[in-house]
Amino acid sequence: MRTYSNKLTVLLATLIILNLWVAVFGDGMKNMDEITARQNRIEIKDFAFNPQTLTVKSGEKVTWINRDEEPHTVVSVDKQFNKSTALDTDQTFTITAGAPGTYSYFCSVHPKMTGTIVVEK
Amino acid sequence: MVGNKRIKMNNHNHILVNENPDGIDRRGFLKCMVWAGTGVLWTISGGVLTSKLLGTATAGSEAELSFLQISDSHIGFSKEANKDVTATFKIALDRINAMPTPPSFLIHTGDITQLSKPEEFDTFDQVLKSCRTKDAFYVPGEHDVLNDGGRVYRERYLKGVEAKGSGWYSFNKNGVHFIGLVNVLDLQAGGLGQLGDEQLEWLEADVKGLGTSTPIVVFAHIPLWTVYPQWGWGTSDSERALGYLKRFGSVTVLNGHIHQVLQKIEGNITFHTAMSTAFPQPAPGTAPSPGPLKVPVEKLRSMLGLTSVQYKQGKAALAVVDSNLS
Repeated sequence: MRTYSNKLTVLLATLIILNLWVAVFGDGMKNMDEITARQNRIEIKDFAFNPQTLTVKSGEKVTWINRDEEPHTVVSVDKQFNKSTALDTDQTFTITAGAPGTYSYFCSVHPKMTGTIVVEK
Repeated sequence: MVGNKRIKMNNHNHILVNENPDGIDRRGFLKCMVWAGTGVLWTISGGVLTSKLLGTATAGSEAELSFLQISDSHIGFSKEANKDVTATFKIALDRINAMPTPPSFLIHTGDITQLSKPEEFDTFDQVLKSCRTKDAFYVPGEHDVLNDGGRVYRERYLKGVEAKGSGWYSFNKNGVHFIGLVNVLDLQAGGLGQLGDEQLEWLEADVKGLGTSTPIVVFAHIPLWTVYPQWGWGTSDSERALGYLKRFGSVTVLNGHIHQVLQKIEGNITFHTAMSTAFPQPAPGTAPSPGPLKVPVEKLRSMLGLTSVQYKQGKAALAVVDSNLS
């Protein structure tokens, strides 16, 4: 009885490990996709845009996500793209990069916060 | 010169060293500045500073005009720093209702709401109905004008005043001239709070005909002195505004925005910031950012509060008293 129980334990453990491996592998694949998407992602944290300067290709999407407990906005200094509404915690704002050039932006709530998008061909 | 050269503070917001050339540090009284929760009443008469414990102060009953400043209620905020800001706002109103002599009116120095949402304004208005003092004057904080340039704020909170431009105005009470300024709109990239040319021209004209003995109270959301520019705690063109007020014998500047009590005296101008009723913020430079300061629940109410201001005719300055909610 004891031996049978041990064998069952080993079998269960093997199944669990296999499942975990699949889960990790599967997540790994998903993470790769996320990392690709995240390349054009700007995190707003501690009243700063990170990265402060981001270079993207024309036509690509750029997404800001607010990780602060304070609302922030994304506003083009020269009105080159439509401004965001106030982003609460974990809210995002996405634009599609337009013509090549340098796009300066800031948070209109905390204007000390500034950033730059460089759009390449 | 207007502007903060260098002020060192300890973690209780006491100002330890003030290198401004205002002569105040020579008398040494900045070392025992008004501090959140001490309940000390400061009065200045003929340039001599005296203080009394809040409970023993008599200025309240003798005052010819007393009003109350509340600030930064942030209705709608529900993060860890304070999960129930409506409750702490109610406590502040309870304190006002319990005062032996009710204040003549309230001044709210902005950030009524967290996200400028109509339902947040609704909650604020609903809760405020429980306050015994009915008259209230407002200036907007940046949280009140987030998505509409302040339209909803102006519709709701400027009914009793003759507001100009984006919502600035003045009025007189008991011989004191009050000026409510807006410094949270049309902010420029990289800059601080801003009043703008139109408002400054209005201010110059507004005070032109007043005698220098008229006591002046100016209130605005963001400090009108440079508290800590790295965190945007200042107003880029406040020096011009203060220039129009320098000739007056008594100017009291009341601000919010930084959720802590700080005071500075420069010539005849007293600058004062109030506590929030919602959550504290870190002392300048003591945290990576000015975001909400998380403190143990039992400590929170000692870092929230309101400010009582009294004016007595013949006194050189108004008495400003801070008290916390613990």
